[in-house]
Amino acid sequence: MFKIIEKTNLAPQIKKIVVEAGEIARKARPGQFVVIVSKESSERIPLTIADLNPQEGTITLIFQEIGFSTRELGLLGPGDSIQHILGPLGQPTDIENFGTVICVGGGVGIAEIYPVVKAMKKAGNRVLGIIGARKESLIILKEELRELCDEFFITTDDGSLGKKGLVTDILQDLFTSVEKSTHTLYPNRVYAVGPVVMMQAVSNLTKMYNIKTIVSLNPIMVDATGMCGSCRVSVGGKVVFGCVDGPEFDGHQVDFEELKKRLNSFKEKEDSL
Amino acid sequence: MRNKAKQQDIGERIKNFSEVSCGYSNDQARLETERCLLCKEPLCVKGCPVGIDIPSFIRLLRENKPEEALRKIKEKNNLPAVCGRVCPQEDQCEGRCILNKKNIPINIGALERYASDYGKQSAVGSQQSAKKNNLKIAVVGSGPAGLTAAADLAKMGFLVTLFESLHSAGGVLSYGIPEFRLPKKIVAEELGYIQGLGVEIKTDILIGKTFSLNELFEKGYRAVFLGLGAGLPQFLGIPGENLDRVYSANEFLTRINLMKAYKFPEYKTPINIGKKIAVIGAGNVAFDSARCALRLGCEVSIVYRRTETEMPARIEEIENAQEEGVHLQLLTQPLRILGDDKGFVRGLECQKMKLGEPDASGRKRPLPLKDSDFVLDVDTVIVAIGQTPNPLLGKAESRIKVNPQGTIFVDENLMTSIPGVFAGGDIVTGADTVIAAMGAGKKAALAIDNYLKNQVKSAS
Repeated sequence: MFKIIEKTNLAPQIKKIVVEAGEIARKARPGQFVVIVSKESSERIPLTIADLNPQEGTITLIFQEIGFSTRELGLLGPGDSIQHILGPLGQPTDIENFGTVICVGGGVGIAEIYPVVKAMKKAGNRVLGIIGARKESLIILKEELRELCDEFFITTDDGSLGKKGLVTDILQDLFTSVEKSTHTLYPNRVYAVGPVVMMQAVSNLTKMYNIKTIVSLNPIMVDATGMCGSCRVSVGGKVVFGCVDGPEFDGHQVDFEELKKRLNSFKEKEDSL
Repeated sequence: MRNKAKQQDIGERIKNFSEVSCGYSNDQARLETERCLLCKEPLCVKGCPVGIDIPSFIRLLRENKPEEALRKIKEKNNLPAVCGRVCPQEDQCEGRCILNKKNIPINIGALERYASDYGKQSAVGSQQSAKKNNLKIAVVGSGPAGLTAAADLAKMGFLVTLFESLHSAGGVLSYGIPEFRLPKKIVAEELGYIQGLGVEIKTDILIGKTFSLNELFEKGYRAVFLGLGAGLPQFLGIPGENLDRVYSANEFLTRINLMKAYKFPEYKTPINIGKKIAVIGAGNVAFDSARCALRLGCEVSIVYRRTETEMPARIEEIENAQEEGVHLQLLTQPLRILGDDKGFVRGLECQKMKLGEPDASGRKRPLPLKDSDFVLDVDTVIVAIGQTPNPLLGKAESRIKVNPQGTIFVDENLMTSIPGVFAGGDIVTGADTVIAAMGAGKKAALAIDNYLKNQVKSAS
């Protein structure tokens, strides 16, 4: 049993919970995730660890209520317990001083770039942050990220906050300004987390500029320890398991079309709940 | 005549997940025990990987003492209710029975099950624990190997903690073998017995991730047993395997057994299957998958490239599956899974095979028949061609020596390349039976006991 000690509504349908999970908090590194089972009858669902506090023995999870299981989790509040949490799972983000790193977060994926931005900054990188969502109310963690990033950009589909458009528009502007300039350099690495279409668009763009791009995938998982293969994705023509080989992969190698289809495997069933 | 246990009616059982075999009645059990010759030099015992004193427990049953019979079994076997149900007895104890000469071996499996089902009322076992010696042992993985090692070590007096990564203990007994063959209530009772011996079970902990092996030693564990199992699903490597409604048997069975997808929406984990299912493979896991799918209301074909004779599954499961209406699509090799534009399965392209000369495994090698391609009309495919050892810990702990085929290297005492860390079961042998893993768990418990005794000796 893992007790929830804090809960905040960050945006409509986006919730943040701080949970007691001492062993995980002590061990987790940026990019890793946990599997949670809210109640004995619940699904096992993977959630990225958004933040942690090893001293207090807590981890922070930020999730969007997009299906039954996330809605069920959203019903729990401070004092309630999550039945099971397993972690930390997956390979941690490759953190080192690359030079300039652009971190791109879309929707609830903004929560997932937060620990990476923090670690990349700490490693000595110049970090540019680009976050985007459909509208202002869905933009989360903007103050926290603004503080960490050397340069920071926000986009919304409807223009209600920041630039009207997509995160890739900002990314394209940055690349164009590098092209025109004699003294600025291309970033050394791009890190993108968000909806599959966003990660795909970012990867397509950075591929043209040959900038190494890491994406964090969210395939469907059951055990999340490499046993079931539900999370298999094609990367560079090879089948790999998101849970143990990932969740981060080279965005230029990922078969996003297949991933989109596989994410729909259970949609009909889940919608019936 | 060999007594067969009563089974649930076929028409009924294909609509539910309740146990197929009803087990022996008192009369049936007595009749079967009376057939036993109680051999002075019993061959059956030699066929048992954990060496149960079979004639003695049968004699006790004949004397109508099921509690004592169970106690006799538990001297060697910590999971009799499981083994009585899922062991391939025909290859083990029953396969060695002298009455095979007349083709009527004693139904030892059914008697073992009877003893455990009828003898369990008494508090068998709790009195067997030796005085505690305060030495802590960590057992990793709560499948048959881990449970056996944990129970035996607890009986020797060690303080045993059993670590399980999933949210329920039991390993393959929980996530793999379906309810209709091994009710989860039975698994829970066996787990309860092992906890009664003093074993502490900790779920939701993945060794290699939550704790490293070093951290276990830092926490004061004196030795570690790794019973990690064969958890990595194999795929065929044919086109179309990443289509929706293509499952590894592991995923399909885990969703149904561990996550109880057959009780959806009461349990929230879904399974998305169509009407016509092909299960590729012919081992027990393939048949378990096929019979689960059948109970979910599907038409099911087992697709196998050899014939019924070469099938690795238990005979009883093959018979049960056929009775229930599982179609055997034999001498058939899948070539490609066909998909629709939304990414879902719409057919399985196959070719016909014939059998040639025996190959390295001793089974006749399947050879393709020219121009025999055809499409099997299915909308769901389950790949059940085997599992290889779980690679997670080997990757996380570079000091663990792993063999080229993925198994963990051990010496003759089941010790790995790290002193004090032992391993056994499928992680060492590759996929094998429940009872073989239990045999390894027993052997490891003895080896750990010896190892620690020697350590204490050399320290003093």
